[in-house]
Amino acid sequence: MALVEIRNVCKFYHLGGEEIRALDGITLDIEAGEFLSIIGPSGSGKSTLMHILGCLDTPTQGSYQLDGVLIHEASTRQLAAIRNQKIGFVFQFFNLLPKLNVLQNVELPMIYSNVGGRDRRERAMAALKLVDLENRSKHRPSQLSGGQQQRVAIARALVNQPKIVFADEPTGNLDSNTGAAILDLFRRLSTEGRTIALVTHDPSIASITPRRIEIRDGKVSNEVDPRLAGLSPKFGHLTAGQGIPPAAGEA
Amino acid sequence: MNFGDAIIVGIKEIWAHKFRSLLTMLGIILGVSSLVAMSALVKGMENGLKEALIAIGGLEKVRVEDQDIPAYQAHMADQAVGSTVNDIYALQQNAPLIRMITPDMRLNRGYMTKGNKVFSPWVLTGTTPDAIEMNQHVVAYGRMFNQVDDDRASAVCVIGSAARDELFGSPEDVGKEIIPIGELVNINGQPFTIIGMFQRYESEQERKVREAEKDKPRDLTGPRRSRGWSGGGGSFVYRLKNSTVYIPLNTMWIRFRSASGANNIPDPRLSGLNMKVNGIEELEPALQQVRNVLMVTHKGIEDFSFRTQEDWAEQITAAIHNSRLSGGIIAAISLIVGGIGIMNIMLASITERIREIGIRKAIGATNWSVFIQIIVESTVIALIGGLAGLVTSVGFVQLLVVISPTDNTPVITVPALFLAFLFSGLVGVLAGLIPALKAARLDPIESLRYE
Repeated sequence: MALVEIRNVCKFYHLGGEEIRALDGITLDIEAGEFLSIIGPSGSGKSTLMHILGCLDTPTQGSYQLDGVLIHEASTRQLAAIRNQKIGFVFQFFNLLPKLNVLQNVELPMIYSNVGGRDRRERAMAALKLVDLENRSKHRPSQLSGGQQQRVAIARALVNQPKIVFADEPTGNLDSNTGAAILDLFRRLSTEGRTIALVTHDPSIASITPRRIEIRDGKVSNEVDPRLAGLSPKFGHLTAGQGIPPAAGEA
Repeated sequence: MNFGDAIIVGIKEIWAHKFRSLLTMLGIILGVSSLVAMSALVKGMENGLKEALIAIGGLEKVRVEDQDIPAYQAHMADQAVGSTVNDIYALQQNAPLIRMITPDMRLNRGYMTKGNKVFSPWVLTGTTPDAIEMNQHVVAYGRMFNQVDDDRASAVCVIGSAARDELFGSPEDVGKEIIPIGELVNINGQPFTIIGMFQRYESEQERKVREAEKDKPRDLTGPRRSRGWSGGGGSFVYRLKNSTVYIPLNTMWIRFRSASGANNIPDPRLSGLNMKVNGIEELEPALQQVRNVLMVTHKGIEDFSFRTQEDWAEQITAAIHNSRLSGGIIAAISLIVGGIGIMNIMLASITERIREIGIRKAIGATNWSVFIQIIVESTVIALIGGLAGLVTSVGFVQLLVVISPTDNTPVITVPALFLAFLFSGLVGVLAGLIPALKAARLDPIESLRYE
């Protein structure tokens, strides 16, 4: 069973009596360990799709199963717990809390999963180490550069060991060099076995992921999947000259 | 999110906006301190009134007074004997529920003179030695007259401190305490020897004021003036009690009553009887016993009535209840105003923090934990304000005393402090309710987009 299974998912909005079909029958599987991008121009519905995949929103129609849990039937309380335990978010505008320091920002998800005291601190420091920011733990977000802030956000997304990380235009607010560094970080995290989905409008960013799903007018318009070509879903990493850990369910 | 984390987050949020939080707390501080001050004032009043009630003899004291003969007995009016000393003997024998009984034979328009000074006592009465216990007097100097003095109808008197103040000079005027024991004074032209003097009765507050002013030099310019009899609250009772003069019953009878009634006919009637009941719970049967006895000695004519202190005690209770209620309402209103202030700030702060709430929800905060966070925040503000209010209230009470001195010292009680603190917490929770609901209901996607 795939990590994410969505079947015929629709999302409709009503605007002044007019029905807007933000998503119109999307069917999609994401396996554990995949590195993929969801790509589409603005207004295509990719953000709506990410919100549904990220359990911030529920579909009007269709079914969504994440890690064996039926999301379209879950209560808001269960959705919050799933967001906390199984999903990590990285946003375009970093969305760190300015009043908290770096360490406290990374600790935040664990506050809501009742991880206490020393354990919380140690796990937050470990996550910061993963993004090479353990020496900035006492800084405020405003004292960091954009790239560093985004790395803090990535540490926060990873700290609860989520099943899948969604990154919504993670480089959209960064210059190209820092953006490339962030994408490298994602690639590295992917080789360590994490499931990562980039949401972007930029084909050049999407090109770093082996699998690309194009959304247009609320539908999947085109899909590039290495598995369809008989290749490993980790194909993209071969070009980066790194080892190929066997993808889950494939070996 | 556990409770400890919520409190820490709340305190951090308050600390991040120190000035704003202080202003918000101000309402609660004022509300709590006015609640405490109100209850302190009422408690002081209650203490003063209770002191005064005890000073006039306590609840167990009952007075038998003359009353107009009822209409159906009007034809027997010339048979009515009134209260006499016979009633005393009869009651002592036949009313076991009465612990003590003293006669009260007053000299109306009595005056005492010493040299060219005149003093008109409030009560100049002939009685038995028991009167000292009956009316809760304390002899400070000399002695009370005894049974021998009464039997011999000696011309002796025991005076309250006001008589001394008028005839010999008060300690404040003279600068030292004059003890007039053994001095001769005239009562309505007849010489009496002062054999005892009562202590000076005053409320706690009066004592404090007097002691505070003791060391100050007195302003001796200008003529002295009498301030009259009236006075507020408890102090009136003490002034009356200080202006008591007792002489033995037989002395009163022989010297002033045996030839001074209407048409110079001897008048043996008492002005009243004072009785003490064994216990306040036996008041009803005791009064019934007294009635039975008096109906015999008064030849079946109901020309007497009872005066108990129940009315006064009830008035005290009612007055305290009323002031507690009105004070409580005023203080509650200011606490509510403080709560509205908190609510207002919390609503503003939530609008400011929509994005933060969106982020928290995206990373897994449930609606409930957002709700709790806001409630805890407003409660912490209110509790800190409440705590500060408790501290302020002490100064507030002092300030009130300075601005408007009362006869009664305000007393801050521990239950009042607890109650005020509890209320501030309650106001905090209630004030946080609407903002917390609003925050909990925010849509995470909309909040994340909010600029």
